[in-house]
Amino acid sequence: MDNQQEHLNALQDIRQMMQRSNRFISLSGWSGISAGVCALVGAFFAYNTMHRQGYYTTHGYSGKAIRGEYSLVSLINEPLVIIAAFTFVAAFFLAFLFTYIRSKKQNIPIWGITARRLLFNVSVPMLVGGMFILRLIQYNVEGLVAPASLIFYGLALINASKYTLNEIRNLGYAQVVLGIINCYAIGYGLFFWAIGFGVLHIFYGVFMWWKYERTDAIEK
Amino acid sequence: MKNPIENLNKIFDSRIRLGIMSALMVNDEVNFNDLKELIQVTDGNLASHLKTLEENAYVDVKKGFIGRKTNTTYAVTKAGEKAFKAHLQALEEMIKGMG
Repeated sequence: MDNQQEHLNALQDIRQMMQRSNRFISLSGWSGISAGVCALVGAFFAYNTMHRQGYYTTHGYSGKAIRGEYSLVSLINEPLVIIAAFTFVAAFFLAFLFTYIRSKKQNIPIWGITARRLLFNVSVPMLVGGMFILRLIQYNVEGLVAPASLIFYGLALINASKYTLNEIRNLGYAQVVLGIINCYAIGYGLFFWAIGFGVLHIFYGVFMWWKYERTDAIEK
Repeated sequence: MKNPIENLNKIFDSRIRLGIMSALMVNDEVNFNDLKELIQVTDGNLASHLKTLEENAYVDVKKGFIGRKTNTTYAVTKAGEKAFKAHLQALEEMIKGMG
């Protein structure tokens, strides 16, 4: 019996080591929830701004009256761009914070090989998407900004799922599908954006917390 | 009657060596410092266990540099992979036999 327990322990060690050595498993459900809340708050401010400035018409976001290419400098003064930047920074910071706390609990280095690999694989599609979206804005194709951000973000998650908890792949698929639908509902970008980055993140976060962290919380 | 303990590989008796092999099985290569972080052992301890695995031709050692710092990476060999899989098989059989 003792012997059997010993062998079971050995197998468990092996499994754990295999997982720990090539996947970053400290992503916290709270990261998803907090990013989702940030996105909803950001979407709320963006909605108000659009209304105030008369961007928003009965059939959605109509685009700016001024035509022609935006310069990068003029973009920095755009209220929507500022809101987007703040939302991104806040979401990223909070998501990082909760994951950092969890990695400390699990005794997994936050800047270990798995975390670096995960970050790299998220960053590639995100940076490419970011550059693409910047050009969309500069050429006044605002209608495609929300779909493009959902699609690229979804692809980033699908790409990253090989290096972290598997469930994130489904979140990625959901974002891509939303983005594609949004391509055929131009003008409702903010609505789709709020669903994808807000609601889906919160759902995902709650699900992940329930699945992986609930038992830890109860034990304490 | 066949004794399943015969199939257990003595070299994988140590938890540290088992850990090293597990990490190397799922990664193309892992460097010394990352192994140390994963398994959480001292430099000397890890080095001596890696030496054993190397002497048995279960792991390949590649010495390189990143800038001026040495960067030694380890990868599992074909023989190591085979031995590790056989060891897992033996463990499984033992547990089944006892249950």
